[in-house]
Amino acid sequence: MAQSREEVVETMKDVLASELGVEADKVTADARFKEDLDADSLDLVEVVLALEEKFGIEISDDQIAGVKTVGEAADLVISKQTAVG
Amino acid sequence: MLVDGKRLLITGVLTPGSIAYAVAREALDNGAEVVLTGFGRTRSLTERTARRLPREVDVLELDVNKPEDVRAVNDELAGRWGQVDGVLHAIAFAPADALGGNFLNTPYESASTAFQVSAFSLKELTAGLLPVLENHHASVVTLDFDARVAWPVYDWMGVCKAALESVTRYLARDLGAKQVRVNAISAGPIRTMAAKGIPGFSLLADAWSKRAPLGWDVGDPTVVARVALWLFSDWSRGVCGELIHVDGGFHAMGTDLLSKEEQARLAAEDG
Repeated sequence: MAQSREEVVETMKDVLASELGVEADKVTADARFKEDLDADSLDLVEVVLALEEKFGIEISDDQIAGVKTVGEAADLVISKQTAVG
Repeated sequence: MLVDGKRLLITGVLTPGSIAYAVAREALDNGAEVVLTGFGRTRSLTERTARRLPREVDVLELDVNKPEDVRAVNDELAGRWGQVDGVLHAIAFAPADALGGNFLNTPYESASTAFQVSAFSLKELTAGLLPVLENHHASVVTLDFDARVAWPVYDWMGVCKAALESVTRYLARDLGAKQVRVNAISAGPIRTMAAKGIPGFSLLADAWSKRAPLGWDVGDPTVVARVALWLFSDWSRGVCGELIHVDGGFHAMGTDLLSKEEQARLAAEDG
């Protein structure tokens, strides 16, 4: 069952807050990983693994390469869920 | 099974894309017991990745630059297993200014750091674990990138890999009498976290697509892992101080392969 973008972003809040050690309130759809959430490349690898586990999907390096914001990551998650389901 | 009952220490598992992860997975699937190592900031990544393995495995803290860490790992494994049958050394690091086309300007400190982590560490790890490795046909395997030649962008990492190959031979010389084998696998380029740190990695990947007669999949570390498993197995007991290429045949070619068009043109000219 596909979730709405808002629902996915909401779930991502918890994951990102714990992985990146940032306040959940800072994790908005517009938040940029690097600039706003202070995530470096190692953090991002960990975030990708965490999202894969949380949503039961697989994300390739190519797919994550262009993702800059939480909202874009949510879109990627949704496209994956749709592809599976 | 190939490595049934073998007790293996595997370093260098960072993500499920790591060559070391493929070694751990194949080892577990083929009967081995496995312990991983991780350190510092990346330890949580190693632990997260470890949870995807077919069985639960422990992750020990190991900064290979710290002799006390190596000693602690040795003592832990001595208590846990008594002996260790194999060690995968999958450890390398170079500061950003030691890679990427800056060869002539790299400061000594950066080259020296790269050497310590990427080459000297094989001696540190092997010598430090000797109490659990010696006198029972143990096997140490390190991951290399063919350093007999110069590459674009690889720079001081390439120099350090040449040192690593040499360390492999000297360890083989000094540890053979203790029945410890030391060998290196020269793998073709695999798209790992380590590879992401190499600016221009795609240049190497492109080169492989043009030259490796078997072809080469940068996304498939399993072909490399299985040779590591063979080196841990009793089937390779006579192999020591060796550099084994797992690169689709790239190293044996003098130039790029002819494309289909070039082959057709040559055939037409001959006719």
